[in-house]
Amino acid sequence: MKKKVLTVDDSRTIRNMLLVTLNNAGFETIQAEDGIEGLEVLEGCNPDVIVTDINMPRLDGFGFIEGVRRNDKYRAIPILVLTTESDAEKKNRARQAGATGWIVKPFDPAKLIDAIERVTA
Amino acid sequence: MSYAVKNLTQASRELIAFRIGDQEFSVNIMSVREIRGWTPAMQLPHAPADVRGVINLRGAVLPIVDLSARLGMKDAEPTARHVIIVAQVGKRIVGLLVEAVSDILTITEENIQPVPEISSDLAKQYAKGILAFDKRMICMIELDHLFPETYLEKESEAA
Amino acid sequence: MDMNEIKEIFFQECEEQLAELESGLLKLNDGDRDPETVNAVFRAVHSIKGGAGAFGLDDLVGFAHVFETTLDCVRSNKLEPNQDVLKVMLKSADVLADLVTASRDGGGVDEARSRGLVKELEALAHGEMPSAHAEVAKPAKAEAPKPSDDSGFQPIPFTFDGFDDDVPAAKGSVYEIGFKPRHDLYAKGNEAALLLRDLSKLGEMSVGCDMEQLPTLDKLDPEASYFSWKISLTTEKTEADIRSVFEFAEWDCDLDVKLAAAKPSDEELPMVPVPFDLSSLDDELGSDTKAADEAAAVVATEAAANVSKMAAAAARVEKKEAAAPAPAPAQAAATAAAGQTIRVDLDRVDRLINLVGELVINQAMLSQSVIENDASGTSAVNMGLEELQQLTREIQDSVMAIRAQPVKPVFQRMSRIVREVADMVGKQIRLVTEGENTEVDKTVIDKIAEPLTHMIRNAVDHGIESPEKREAAGKDPEGTIKLSAKHRSGRILIELIDDGGGINRERVKQKAIDNDLISPDANLSDEEIDNLIFAPGFSTADTISDISGRGVGMDVVKRSIQALGGRISISSRPGLGSTFTMSLPLTLAVLDGMVVTVAGQTLVVPLTAIVETLQPEASAIHSFGATQRLISIRNSFCPLVDVGRILNFRATQANPVEGVALLVESEGGGQRALMVDAIQGQRQVVIKSLEANYTHVPGIAAATILGDGRVALILDVDAVVAASRGQSLSPEMSLAATG
Repeated sequence: MKKKVLTVDDSRTIRNMLLVTLNNAGFETIQAEDGIEGLEVLEGCNPDVIVTDINMPRLDGFGFIEGVRRNDKYRAIPILVLTTESDAEKKNRARQAGATGWIVKPFDPAKLIDAIERVTA
Repeated sequence: MSYAVKNLTQASRELIAFRIGDQEFSVNIMSVREIRGWTPAMQLPHAPADVRGVINLRGAVLPIVDLSARLGMKDAEPTARHVIIVAQVGKRIVGLLVEAVSDILTITEENIQPVPEISSDLAKQYAKGILAFDKRMICMIELDHLFPETYLEKESEAA
Repeated sequence: MDMNEIKEIFFQECEEQLAELESGLLKLNDGDRDPETVNAVFRAVHSIKGGAGAFGLDDLVGFAHVFETTLDCVRSNKLEPNQDVLKVMLKSADVLADLVTASRDGGGVDEARSRGLVKELEALAHGEMPSAHAEVAKPAKAEAPKPSDDSGFQPIPFTFDGFDDDVPAAKGSVYEIGFKPRHDLYAKGNEAALLLRDLSKLGEMSVGCDMEQLPTLDKLDPEASYFSWKISLTTEKTEADIRSVFEFAEWDCDLDVKLAAAKPSDEELPMVPVPFDLSSLDDELGSDTKAADEAAAVVATEAAANVSKMAAAAARVEKKEAAAPAPAPAQAAATAAAGQTIRVDLDRVDRLINLVGELVINQAMLSQSVIENDASGTSAVNMGLEELQQLTREIQDSVMAIRAQPVKPVFQRMSRIVREVADMVGKQIRLVTEGENTEVDKTVIDKIAEPLTHMIRNAVDHGIESPEKREAAGKDPEGTIKLSAKHRSGRILIELIDDGGGINRERVKQKAIDNDLISPDANLSDEEIDNLIFAPGFSTADTISDISGRGVGMDVVKRSIQALGGRISISSRPGLGSTFTMSLPLTLAVLDGMVVTVAGQTLVVPLTAIVETLQPEASAIHSFGATQRLISIRNSFCPLVDVGRILNFRATQANPVEGVALLVESEGGGQRALMVDAIQGQRQVVIKSLEANYTHVPGIAAATILGDGRVALILDVDAVVAASRGQSLSPEMSLAATG
């Protein structure tokens, strides 16, 4: 069975890259444009892993992760943070919010797939 | 036209033959979009003598060229029996006013004879060959030569 | 979709982000301190950087990074976005835009400028937040992940003990690893089993599980972490490699990695050695979440047999207690949801517009033939036709609305030009925009940018005075240029107002005399003098400057506006400034016209050009010279122009008394009475290009198709009026007017 990935990113460029990369790697991909939409889409799609950006309008990545972790049904889903923020403070905040791991941009397909493989069975 | 198409049509090709006065001409069927009956055209100011005006072709504005005048013969006096050959010339679509369509011919290279040396300059410019067919003589017209890409612009500038 | 297409999307997105960036910075410049504005600005630069990084556009990434760092200082309230700071940021936005363009189209940027701005941005970040400077100093490098960040992601050849018997025994050092996850590790979606799996990829591994902490079932908290593992790993990898496996988990577990002297024997492990087996892992993790008691049962019965299952189950346990209702995310309320949009290829829209245009014509033809064939008509047919006409009109309006766009992007571009030109000439100028959400056809927007740019340059260069001059005149040393847009009677009105010195009429007049534009004794009104600046070949600058010179004058501006079916005029007050007013059609696809007959041909005259129509009386017509005739209208004389003669539709002038005169306002100032034979009526017509299949026709703006299916020509009023002034209606002239 295909693994299902939910990606949350406001950049059309990155969304398309994620889509192409994940589809090529044999994942089923569901996409949302910001945290609010991410939480909406989460209901009913039950992904195996979530990849999210941090800087987003309406609801940022931190808020989104907290939202997922508060949800009894989905709180165990691994969440990878896709972000250019390489400094420790941001990573720490993402971790505190409940992120499982992170992928430091610039976007690299191999890194993405590797990180997903690491946190999923 | 691409090389491949040329090769394909080399063996045998189809022409549309039409009449102007007592002469017969033909153009490659590939460049003909459709044939319509004559309808009066809207006259264009300062247009050259062979441009009869413009008509509505399903929403597009189509210039009508009197082929008789264009070929250096007398101006046409269009009647209800006259037809307009709608042809693609380069990127443009042009309506050619002729007396009547006479035939659709399938020819091969052997049917084509070179244009004799005696031809006038104008005829030499557009004629690319002569066909002998059923004792008829049909002049083959190269539309791209008759209307070089910039022809229409040049014509109006000269006016 | 391939990478090139995504790159195209990236550049499209850059354009949007750049617009967002500039509009946000301008808002901040106007005193807006909404955190969401700052966030939006930050996100714009951040997004550009992110995409640029993915495509390896290093120059763009480098600059965006420095910019972003400074913006982050603003975002975290470490840097107050005052006017000086914003000035640097607006310039940086310009450079960022240049870098985007250079990345897309090739070509270079002004490197000295961008280096200078990098320094200024760094100074801003440094001045307020010294600690940030270290990172700022090496922009491109800072983005590159540190090796320790990354090493865990390297593909590692791995062997599975007990999974593939043919794998030779691992060589290398033996590490003793103690791993005790805390509850948080599972709460964040990490799995002990997966970490062990990844660890096993590093070499030959045996694992022992310590279950001593496991309480009896009645005391068991399914969410708690009771197990710890002792691992013996034989690997050629380093300790750092081993630790990197736990990169995501190191905060949430006790991890102890030490190098053992020799291969461990089973006796050294006080726990039950468990062969590490992945075979059942997928099923377990793939299953749905389990109820707490069920999970506990699994824990109790299977723990000893399979630690990986245990870890999985523990992480997936569903908590039974009702959780507190999740508070609504704060940011969600802060920002209203953006309007839903889709992107559509412009060609598709234009095709739709063309089809609707044909529908309109067809509907008109149908109505006409119904009327002609059955004048009485049945009421059902008439009602149906009326409804069809109504619907057609509505469809047309809706389709036209698709192409309508706000003028905002063009206005935003102008603010950059004001900044740059003002900098170049050492003036202080503020651009104020108004009505930037006013919508107009996209083609009009695209075509208005160039003349507007020229006018803005002119206003900065010639309109606004130097700060010294302004102060001497008792004005604010900072000049203001106001750019506004609004809809007025079916057209868009764009005004450009400066509070500069106004037109120097003496100088303009002298210049016009010098250039033989007017005779030295001409008696001109102030308005007429002001409008001389639109005369071909007129330039008021004493020296042609780099900025507004280039041999291009206001006459070119005027002609491009006219080519769009627009008009432009100026009014000026000495010492107080000038106002340029442009009126443009909302769309270039349809036009309201008066359908007239000239020498048996049907023509359409744009309604906007017509001031009034009148039936000339013989007593009002006066001959003037050999061929010219004037008509007296309310005690002033206006030249009569026979349209049929000008267009060469007839050889001699028609008798004015038998026709109708259309009084038109021409762009050259002054009125003309255009003589036509008869007026058929007014209607909206769909504009059709003559150039598509033919060529430009002097005196004719375009063609259209009327209700009877026949082509009618749309009169180019200005060209006809110009021709009546003795200028020949030659193609050269008309071509120049549209080019």
